[in-house]
Amino acid sequence: MEQMVTVYLLGKEYSVPATLTIMDAMEYAGFKLVRGCGCRSGFCGACAVIYRIKGSTELKVVLSCQTKVEEGMCVGKIDSFPVNKRTFNIEEIKATDNIVGQLYPEIFSCIGCNACTKGCPQGLDVMQYIAYAQRGEYEKAAHASFDCVGCNICASRCPAQISHSAVGLLCRRLTGKYIAPKCEHLAERVAEIENGDYVTLLEKLKNTPLDELKDMYNKREIEK
Amino acid sequence: MSAFTDDMLKSMANVERTRAARLNSTPERFTAEEKEALLQAFHPDYSTKGFKVLEVGPNKGEKAPVELAQLLEGKSLLQGVAVDLERVDYDVDVLIIGGGGAGAAAAIEAKRAGADVMIVTKLRMGDANTMMAEGGIQGADKGNDSPAIHYLDALGGGHYKNVPELLEKLVTEGPLAIDWLDKLGVMFDKEADGTMVTTHGGGTSRKRMHACADYTGAELMRVLRDEVQNCGVKILEFAPAIELLLDEAGKCAGAVLLDYDSNEHIVVRAKTVIMATGGAGRLHYQGFPTSNHYGATADGLVMAYRAGAPLIYEDAIQYHPTGVAYPAQIYGALVTEKVRSLGAQLVNSNGEAFMHPLETRDVSAASIIRECTARGNGVKALDGVALWLDTPMIEIIHGEGTIQKRLPGMLRMYKKFGIDLRKEPILIYPTLHYQNGGILIDANAETKISGLYVAGEAVGGIHGTNRLMGNSLLDIIVFGRIAGIKAAEKAKTVELGKLSLAHVDAFAKEMEAAGIASEVPSPKLLPVYTHGRNAR
Repeated sequence: MEQMVTVYLLGKEYSVPATLTIMDAMEYAGFKLVRGCGCRSGFCGACAVIYRIKGSTELKVVLSCQTKVEEGMCVGKIDSFPVNKRTFNIEEIKATDNIVGQLYPEIFSCIGCNACTKGCPQGLDVMQYIAYAQRGEYEKAAHASFDCVGCNICASRCPAQISHSAVGLLCRRLTGKYIAPKCEHLAERVAEIENGDYVTLLEKLKNTPLDELKDMYNKREIEK
Repeated sequence: MSAFTDDMLKSMANVERTRAARLNSTPERFTAEEKEALLQAFHPDYSTKGFKVLEVGPNKGEKAPVELAQLLEGKSLLQGVAVDLERVDYDVDVLIIGGGGAGAAAAIEAKRAGADVMIVTKLRMGDANTMMAEGGIQGADKGNDSPAIHYLDALGGGHYKNVPELLEKLVTEGPLAIDWLDKLGVMFDKEADGTMVTTHGGGTSRKRMHACADYTGAELMRVLRDEVQNCGVKILEFAPAIELLLDEAGKCAGAVLLDYDSNEHIVVRAKTVIMATGGAGRLHYQGFPTSNHYGATADGLVMAYRAGAPLIYEDAIQYHPTGVAYPAQIYGALVTEKVRSLGAQLVNSNGEAFMHPLETRDVSAASIIRECTARGNGVKALDGVALWLDTPMIEIIHGEGTIQKRLPGMLRMYKKFGIDLRKEPILIYPTLHYQNGGILIDANAETKISGLYVAGEAVGGIHGTNRLMGNSLLDIIVFGRIAGIKAAEKAKTVELGKLSLAHVDAFAKEMEAAGIASEVPSPKLLPVYTHGRNAR
């Protein structure tokens, strides 16, 4: 007989195997998940849940697919969080002039409570990347926020009502497009392709007999 | 206390004992003959079990996985249901079904081309296999590489069955796709001078795997979704398409959706439709676990098939060699191929490296299955057997801190369940990963049905019968863009007739004539999991 724990899912008591994740426990209990379930591997941020151990004052917010059940867990769901994303034209904005602060002025309302960082299931220093964004250090904000899965647990706990995931994403796009060094070999190859340099070569390959192709493949040089 | 069992730790000691010697010796690659023999004997695609011959539809007479066949020959969710097609809820130029990477890329291009674009999706925008792709995206953009070399790599890896015109598009437009993403602001791993950091994948002859740490797909998807939102594409979430609509002339003309919240039907009329519904891992072919997204249930294949679009290589499934075999909480999840690109070897219970770590995926999976079954060199893990992936080698080869920098996602996933893969090797076994086949398209991404385009994993033919790592993130961008551009262009001249579901009735009649009576609701939309609970 496998070890069971008692949990309270959306207010209802269930006995579930102790090896399950919270997400699996919901399915074991009979919930048919539509909302609050995505990649089931910790990459998509769809499955944030809030819980406390029965009787404890402490609240925790986690990804339900990446967290094992515990005895006495009382679980509620955060299926959808209204993040306040601003729209912009990536071609027109620049990574200067306090652009992030202009689009997201609420970042300057941060009171330094660090609730965002404490809540992050990815272990990111969320408050720090918001601070980088305030100071216009977008590349630093980009790297510090890079592993964000957009679960928005941080935003759900923020007294300054910041939409952290959207701020991080803007910093990353600015970094990728404007701050990171340009790639010369890519630009060269793109120019060659647009010039039609590979058309003849590909046409020849497409019309090469199968036996010859096999021979070419099996004898091809492999870069060390 | 270790998260591994005592028996596992005993076997792990063998891995540690042989590590120093293995660092200096990589097993030889298999010959073409060895590969063929391995696949025949051990790859699930070559098994006689698990497949069924299709009895109706455009691919009648061909075999397909049983679970897919049951849906292709299943019962339409609209069979016997009256839907008022005169009451059109949305009327758009381009309808995109699916909110993953391919759908997003298509939407951006269609919108830029001036079309009125709508994305409908079963779950949230961005909930897709794209988000979970870890390792990288190929693109022949370096001096020692070329689209022609990329072509040959993908062709050999695909068993020479790739549709030449599609493969040509993939490799030629590959660098353009990387450039397109770069300009949207995707943060590729680069050297200080801007040179792309690239590695090998299984079966590549040049290091052309671009990455964004091991969040490559997530980074692409976040940026694409953001851009879709920026450019004003209409998005309808939690509203899966359940049937395509044709017009009287047989042109694709929209879709009927199911609103998950109201349980009501929604009619969308569209001048052109792009199917971008992704893969099928959640059908769990042959009982395999899967690395796929919750929504990967082949819906697009089912809808298109019923409307008369032929499939290609519907029997070619990719089992990723390294799925998580332990612990239980992440069973079947993906361990990116990049772990092997960075030098980790596959090691059996005796501590022996039994194969070159970067064979193509089908060959690698078959070799792992052989080691665990015929050769009996597996390690008992949960209900099955598994092998070691010697991750600590990475830090020895590339220096301390490499895993934190290049594989942060893997490190975090295992850490949550008490395993530090920098210090301990991990247990893996093949997991259902990718649908090599799918709906047949031409080089314009259009199917046999006028006005129906397909992009992403729902497409078949690009990769032959075995896709190489990094060619899927590439194809969603290349063919997503093509589909978006072509669908928007065609929408300018299309004149639609009356909306019709007659093809659904016709398919049902064909089934009846073939003597098939099915009560399997189709498309499946979502899997049902109970984790061992008895049926209520």
